[in-house]
Amino acid sequence: MAKILLEMKNITKTFPGVKALDNVNFQVEEGEIHALVGENGAGKSTLMNVLSGIYPFGTYEGDIIYNGEVCKFNTIKDSESKGIVIIHQELALVPEMSIGENMYLGNERGRKAAIDWNTTYAEADKYLKMVGLSESSKVRVKEIGTGKQQLVEIAKALAKNAKLLILDEPTSSLNEEDSRALLDLMLGFKKQGMTMIIITHKLNEVAYVADKITVVRDGATIETIDNTNRDIDEDRIIKGMVGRELTNRFPKREGVQIGEVNLEVEHWTVRHPLYPERIVVNDVSLNVRKGEVVGIYGLMGAGRTELAMSIFGQSYGILEGGTLKIDGKPVTLKKSTTDAIKHKIAYVTEDRKGNGLILSQSIKINTSLANLDSLANHMVIDKDREYQVAEEYRDKLKTKTPSVEQLVGNLSGGNQQKVLLAKWMFAEPDVLILDEPTRGIDVGAKYEIYCIINDLAAAGKSVIMISSELPEVLAMSDRIYIMNASRIVGEMPASEATQENIMATILRSGRGD
Amino acid sequence: MKKSASQILKDNTMLIVLVVVYLFFTWRTGGAMFSPFNFNELITQNAYVFILASGMLMCMLTGGNIDLACGSLVCFLGAIGAYFMAIREMSPAVAIILMLLIGIIYGCVLGYLIAYINIPPWIATLAGYLAFRGLGTDILSSNSKTGSISIKKVESFLGIFAGKLFKTKMGEMNMVCLIVGIVAAVVVVLLNVISRANKVKKGYEADSAAMMLGKSVLEAAVILLVAYKLALAGGIPTVMVWVAIVVLFYSFITEKTTIGRHFYVVGGNREAARLSGVNTKRIMFIAYLNMAIVTVITTWVVLGRVQAANSTAGTNYEMDAISACVVGGVSAYGGAGRIPGMIVGATLIGVINLGMSLMNIDANYQKVVKGVVLLGAVAFDILSKKRAK
Repeated sequence: MAKILLEMKNITKTFPGVKALDNVNFQVEEGEIHALVGENGAGKSTLMNVLSGIYPFGTYEGDIIYNGEVCKFNTIKDSESKGIVIIHQELALVPEMSIGENMYLGNERGRKAAIDWNTTYAEADKYLKMVGLSESSKVRVKEIGTGKQQLVEIAKALAKNAKLLILDEPTSSLNEEDSRALLDLMLGFKKQGMTMIIITHKLNEVAYVADKITVVRDGATIETIDNTNRDIDEDRIIKGMVGRELTNRFPKREGVQIGEVNLEVEHWTVRHPLYPERIVVNDVSLNVRKGEVVGIYGLMGAGRTELAMSIFGQSYGILEGGTLKIDGKPVTLKKSTTDAIKHKIAYVTEDRKGNGLILSQSIKINTSLANLDSLANHMVIDKDREYQVAEEYRDKLKTKTPSVEQLVGNLSGGNQQKVLLAKWMFAEPDVLILDEPTRGIDVGAKYEIYCIINDLAAAGKSVIMISSELPEVLAMSDRIYIMNASRIVGEMPASEATQENIMATILRSGRGD
Repeated sequence: MKKSASQILKDNTMLIVLVVVYLFFTWRTGGAMFSPFNFNELITQNAYVFILASGMLMCMLTGGNIDLACGSLVCFLGAIGAYFMAIREMSPAVAIILMLLIGIIYGCVLGYLIAYINIPPWIATLAGYLAFRGLGTDILSSNSKTGSISIKKVESFLGIFAGKLFKTKMGEMNMVCLIVGIVAAVVVVLLNVISRANKVKKGYEADSAAMMLGKSVLEAAVILLVAYKLALAGGIPTVMVWVAIVVLFYSFITEKTTIGRHFYVVGGNREAARLSGVNTKRIMFIAYLNMAIVTVITTWVVLGRVQAANSTAGTNYEMDAISACVVGGVSAYGGAGRIPGMIVGATLIGVINLGMSLMNIDANYQKVVKGVVLLGAVAFDILSKKRAK
């Protein structure tokens, strides 16, 4: 048996209100490629952040034993000095700087204040060759593609003398060809004795590259599966990933009455606003009926948000083609959200702090924002009515706050989400597009949000719920669309959908079957 | 909800700073600061700050955006106005409309560049800062040997922007002024009472009765004092009417209207505002068009006071307007700030200006002191609010 390079023992990490990791044990042997798989939010990234010192020693319980010694990392620098280097999912490169400058950012070559650019570029070129890049290290990062940028990240890690390389979803933004090249590069490094941990959602990649697979679920390591002989069955991994029992986490939907098709999208194709050569929504067709909750399931980056925002008054991307019908009539929502709101469409964003709420303003002002005109007479706001409306929605949604004059920034995530929903309910839409409506909020608040969704559907509204939480999609939807790599790859009634066959649909589409 | 005494003090630190600075200058000038003549001066000399800062506030609300060009624009528009009125002997009404038209055209171009072409406001207005000063100076030097065009003869213009309503002699009691003051004081008190009664009736948060009473007494006292002093100084300056109109107008816009609300939300979170159906580009356009119009009004007032156009007119006005806003609690990042705060800030700047010139402080040191006092005032405000948390 090979030497154990890394052992994480009984790791427990708590965030206020949430146990993100619960007594996790994790072992990595020297010279292997070890895959960490699990759903979003299962705790994979948290575990790696503990390992790399992003969550410093003392903020978690348990021991990290690396190379035979117990380590107490306080910063990323500490872990990097031992040769543990993490490459994050979001690329951390400065586009305007050269490859060489990026590779030695914070790790500059030279003495004291003076950077030795000759050494920097010479060394950078050496590492670039190792990852198979022929570009000069003086080329600016923005001039090379995403695939090559990912390789630069790896070269940067090598330059730090990495012994244990952690790759967090390295292929999530890469195409098929670049992904394969990257995986082959990993296998090449393995031959030279490098140890690697890869986090990925793509199970075909896991099967191809990993020697061992550890499944993480609900903040705990469930099992470690051996794949030395490359004989793993993907269904076997899926079972481990999703095999949880569903208890009473979702309210029952009662009195479901589904009516006419309300909103319909046909052959909808959208290009990226800054890089028009990238198609982010590819020939999507879908519809939603009155009183129906339609789930759109897909992993992050599948193009779900882009689809929703482009339907909502073309607030994202460049619309290349497709028709939008409301009540059977084709409509064009010129490039304005005002128009979409007039046509009774609401988009409840996944990013409530970034582009949903005005944190520096009160609950009242946020609630009235999307339909302020209805409270005004010749542009003069009726402040009494505004106050009453805010109070009404606070009661209806059970928002916990001392007053509607409270600043939204002071509320908890769940209550912020309710204010966001209140804003859009007050806009009186017929179609609500909810993008990750329960992201980052606790279980109790989730339940209340689900109740609100059911009430909306019962009132005859059409609800499109985008989510990357499978149990939520399964429990809440009447019908489910599955989205992967910019396309709708499957549609099924909730009665036929299971976690396994949804996962299988995604994986099949990924392999191009 | 009852507020503690210390909370009330913390909410009004800038007002306290203003009173302290005012008392300091009154003491150092042997009471001259408190004379009717200098009350009048305080208002006429600093009218430009109140008017310009109202427009600047709207710009800053959209996200801490500023206008650097307004001071130079005052010089340029002043030169044009004086040229047509004094040299071409055109009717003042035509000149006034001409200045307004030029301002609106410039405002539309500037608003378009900032809102739809996405040029950062301070770059777009830096161009005007340089260009208008150059153009203004050129008009003046090619039409006058001294580089300055006097409009002393255009009495109707001066009457509108730098005259007195129902003028009396200095030292004589102007009854109209006094009556207007009394009426204004009564109206303010009544409004306070009605507003509180309304809130109590509907069960909203309201100040306690004592608090409301105290506030009303203070406000009435200040209004009566100003009215009394102005009555002794010859009556209500017309420029005060202009300031009042501008300030009340923007108060109304920011507090009561949908468009005013949109300025706040665009500055609070532009993306959220856009996704909520607010036309964010139109708001940016309006902010800078409005700024240009406000600058035109400022030019009229300044031209009236100086009775001449010269090439140094409007120097550093943009900085005075920005300081008045920032001292008055307008957020440098946008989304927060109110007209009453700005008024306190503008008055503070005016008091410092007037007080130092009364004390005959060297002009260079005036700048030093002004800088230090402004920095100190804002630091004091921030620190006292921090401790409040």
